[in-house]
Amino acid sequence: MRIALFITCLADTLYPDVGRATVRLLERLGHEVTFPRAQTCCGQAHTNTGYGAMALPLVANHVEAFEGCDVVVAPSGSCVGSVRHQHAMLARQAGDEALAGRAEALASRTYELSELLVDVLGVTDVGAVFPHRVTYHPTCHSLRLLRVGDRPLQLLQAVRGIDLVELPAAEECCGFGGTFAVKNADTSTAMLADKMRHVRDTGAEYCTAGDASCLMHIGGGLSRLRTGTRTIHLAEILASTGETP
Amino acid sequence: MTLSPPPGRRPLPVHAPRGVGHLRGDMPFPEAARTALADVQLRRNLGHATATIRAKREAVVEEVEDWEALRLAGAAIKDDTMARLPELLDRLEQRVVEAGGTVHWARDATEANAIAVRLVEATGSDEVVKVKSMATQEIGLNDALAEAGIAATETDLAELIVQLGGDEPSHILVPAIHRNRAEIREIFLREMPGVDPDLTDDPRRLAMAARQHLRRKFLTARVAVSGANFGVAETGTLCVVESEGNGRMCLTLPETLITVMGIEKVVPTWTDLEVFLQLLPRSSTGERMNPYTSFWTGVHPGDGPQAFHLILLDNGRTAVLGDAQGKDALRCIRCSACLNVCPVYERTGGHSYGSVYPGPIGAVLSPQLTGVEDNASLPYASSLCGACFDACPVRIDIPSMLVHLRERHVEEARAASRVPSVEHLGMQAAAWSMADAGRWEATQRAVSLGRVMGREGGDGVRRIRSAPPPLSGWTATRDAPAPPAESFRRWWASREEEA
Repeated sequence: MRIALFITCLADTLYPDVGRATVRLLERLGHEVTFPRAQTCCGQAHTNTGYGAMALPLVANHVEAFEGCDVVVAPSGSCVGSVRHQHAMLARQAGDEALAGRAEALASRTYELSELLVDVLGVTDVGAVFPHRVTYHPTCHSLRLLRVGDRPLQLLQAVRGIDLVELPAAEECCGFGGTFAVKNADTSTAMLADKMRHVRDTGAEYCTAGDASCLMHIGGGLSRLRTGTRTIHLAEILASTGETP
Repeated sequence: MTLSPPPGRRPLPVHAPRGVGHLRGDMPFPEAARTALADVQLRRNLGHATATIRAKREAVVEEVEDWEALRLAGAAIKDDTMARLPELLDRLEQRVVEAGGTVHWARDATEANAIAVRLVEATGSDEVVKVKSMATQEIGLNDALAEAGIAATETDLAELIVQLGGDEPSHILVPAIHRNRAEIREIFLREMPGVDPDLTDDPRRLAMAARQHLRRKFLTARVAVSGANFGVAETGTLCVVESEGNGRMCLTLPETLITVMGIEKVVPTWTDLEVFLQLLPRSSTGERMNPYTSFWTGVHPGDGPQAFHLILLDNGRTAVLGDAQGKDALRCIRCSACLNVCPVYERTGGHSYGSVYPGPIGAVLSPQLTGVEDNASLPYASSLCGACFDACPVRIDIPSMLVHLRERHVEEARAASRVPSVEHLGMQAAAWSMADAGRWEATQRAVSLGRVMGREGGDGVRRIRSAPPPLSGWTATRDAPAPPAESFRRWWASREEEA
């Protein structure tokens, strides 16, 4: 299958390893990955901070960039959530019914990574090897906007050598919330403290998730405290063949 | 009937007025939250209480097979009600009057308080007993009564604790959730007249002390004040749902009953209650059925209060109804399920929100009732995790509404100032750069210079441990990733060149 990668602005700029892992994984599974160069950002940070009108050109750009693609995948539940739940709405609010229709059509063939693998490609064992103790944090938007359910866990359970441990209070937000982490830094940190405690309680070496943004938050706290627990994107585990995590 | 005023009277106020009631805090949420987060006892009390109610709620919701259908029905009934609110309120008024009650219309807190004070004064009484009610807390009725020399006694146990402690409620359903039993014992010993000096913090002993105190009030009070969970337009019946039975006492013993009801509490028909009386107790206390559900219709000779007054309160509600993306907040049945599942509320408690309506629903309701700029920090008091929407029994999409209110704030703040805020300019610059891949690549090259701010840790990963404002809010407690030497798109480009 020919799959277009929507890298997301965050992974593009700060976490290129997540993108490389996604490419490696999909190519290993025998698919062709394309990267529409016109893509930039879904505009979620603007929309969720109250600048929805400013996000509109970003929505238009996103639709332009991916419109010709059959299937789009992003290694982020949150950005796919924005594409599915905000793009058409923003266009409609601006009275651009044509763009809204195009955004809806594109959203219907845009998938989060675990959705693409399990639902579209019909695979749970991707042939990964990752001999480490790992706990999985279901990010809020993948859980409650996309309802990915246990798809990421199905994928992780099939990884060879993995010691997958359940995260207590897994469904509670890590406190990231985009600009919330800065605007309400104290409350955000209080939420993070509990998330880190639960991660540490599992004794995991790695905490994984489907969103680089939430992992940036959790990982930022874990490294600040020198906990020795690392964060790693789901794509990186699934791409791993044992030699390089 | 219409909601527009009769000729010669001032127009309907758009928002709840300032200077009266409890819808506005003294400080922005982040500031208030900082104090709350540092309160060890508060954190412990809240963590324990919300976890307990959450678990109870989950268990009793799970056993209802048609829960989702009930939620849809609840939302649909409320939407229908809001779509023909004037007609339904008219009918409610007509039925209440036919049953011997009197209906008063209050455009705002000031009017509602004045009507209530006048009604109590007309009875010659200088004290009232109160059923737990959010509407009367919202308008600050107790303060207004006190100013007129009328002593109001809260009879709900938790409200009594809050009142005796000179405190404010911090939860819609469990107003004293921030207090533990040792603190309650201290409040009772200090403030409850004639309390047993050997009182312990045993919950039963505490409840018995309150019971003794309240019995005296129930038996002497000639006037009661209540709110209403529902008002049935079809029959003119009011409904209060409660756990302790104190409400039943207030609703039946005194001669005069005054009910303050927000206009959105009307439901069209008696059978609509079938839906809400299933949704409400399971969502709020986590019970299949609440112990006491009281209904009353007007007055009945020789039975119960002989005078009944219904005060219908707007106080900003019509303004909420006028916002297509905000009006769903009026579906709220005050169950507080959203508070109990909210990771923000669980840590900051209710006082941080500065309004009697805290938590996620408060963050969308309070700014709409007061005007967004009077509660501008509340729409941002959420990580948009969505737990509230999932828990809401009437399917209020709180996260989307928060985003909408943030937008309203940005627009109103921009319109009110000649110069855009730093955030506004930053967002504008980012949007300009991100609307075009060429500009975005240039921006990425600039961002990658930030790599020099990072230091390599023992694991070989470069991280930024300290950054200037506004990013300092992040780096105060969290490392930030240093930009990599090469963005993904540059890697992709070089890979394509190689191929």
